[in-house]
Amino acid sequence: MIIVVSFLIVLMLIGAIAASIFRDLISAVIAAALVSLIAAILFYFLQAPDVAMAEASIGAALTAAIFIIAVRRTKRYEE
Amino acid sequence: MSFLNSYIYYIGAFGLILVGFYIILVKHNLIKVIVGLGILDTGVNLFLISVGYITKGTAPIFSRPGIDSEYMVDPVPQALVLTAIVIGVAVLALALSLAIRLYQHYGTLNLRKIREQRW
Amino acid sequence: MRRAVTIILLIILALGISRSLAKIPFGAHKTKVGKYYINEGIEETGATNIVTSVVLNYRGFDTLGEITVLFIAAIGLGAVLTTNVKGETRKIQPASLVLYTGCRLLFPLILVFGTYIFIHGHLTPGGGFQGGAIIASGFLLIYLGCRERRINRVASNLIESLGGLTFVLIGLLGLVFGSYFLLNFLPKGTANTLLSAGIIPIIYIAIGFKVGSELTSIIDNLIEES
Repeated sequence: MIIVVSFLIVLMLIGAIAASIFRDLISAVIAAALVSLIAAILFYFLQAPDVAMAEASIGAALTAAIFIIAVRRTKRYEE
Repeated sequence: MSFLNSYIYYIGAFGLILVGFYIILVKHNLIKVIVGLGILDTGVNLFLISVGYITKGTAPIFSRPGIDSEYMVDPVPQALVLTAIVIGVAVLALALSLAIRLYQHYGTLNLRKIREQRW
Repeated sequence: MRRAVTIILLIILALGISRSLAKIPFGAHKTKVGKYYINEGIEETGATNIVTSVVLNYRGFDTLGEITVLFIAAIGLGAVLTTNVKGETRKIQPASLVLYTGCRLLFPLILVFGTYIFIHGHLTPGGGFQGGAIIASGFLLIYLGCRERRINRVASNLIESLGGLTFVLIGLLGLVFGSYFLLNFLPKGTANTLLSAGIIPIIYIAIGFKVGSELTSIIDNLIEES
């Protein structure tokens, strides 16, 4: 159990750092959505199913969609 | 190992908060700053939920009779975080709409260039 | 220069946060109020999901304020993005046949699932916020699959207003029948059945409609003329 949780947390931090590094904003948004998805799994491990459901549907799906729409209406690459 | 066992969730939340602050303070692109705000939000939520956890606890739902209520995790942080997530997406959407409007006005999302242009 | 200052600032912040985090034990009982809610929640509210009873009964006023924040954010987004100039209608490239058929096939199933989530909010994990978000993601799928379809603005605003109005009216009925706002005046029923917990399912259904239509209108405002 502790190994699985450690692996997930390392993956989540790598996703967050990747969101900071990428010049392509769509890639950065996908990395941020990965952070939200792994956070939802961690909420489930912490015995909070309500919060896990909210985070998976709102944080991972809707937020990523809103960001991608906004990137499409502006510029894709960071200058 | 016992250190890892007891603090691993705190380390994750702490790392997310620091990365979020770093993105907000260093980056010049407005959408990147908003992405950092979202990561910071997730980190704070993870920290609040992990404070409410109890070792070998169960979810605070009496789905069948005879569940031991002694080992249920704290429901109050869960209720707070549930509302915080929904507020978070609304605030992010409002910030993104302001960013779109700024791009239409100035033609750039770089905060330095916007500051140089004055209007 | 700026990066160096930021890193020094972050190191100071990290030291402060880690010193205070080390004082908080992980996995121990901490609050008494949570204990009280778990022990007395079923008798006092009738809901078997204690998180729901905290959100809608013990801290119902808080939830009303939170819904107001969501409402103001949606209005602000609409006000910021509305333009007087009518943008020229670009030619919309239609979606492929697989995407079109798949979206139309999945949309009713997603709606039914979201409705199930918010009707059973007082018994199982879930509730109005999660169900509303699932319904909004179903509408997002329709925007992706059938590119030229748009929601009816008037109907969406009407559903949103009716949801908020139901919440406030039920709260005021508590003042009529008893002593305080959001009093649970309906009979509690037996726990673990669908028709139990008094006003909690009614308010959660109203919140589900409200959150669903609000998030859908946010997506609609953003996706327009893009």
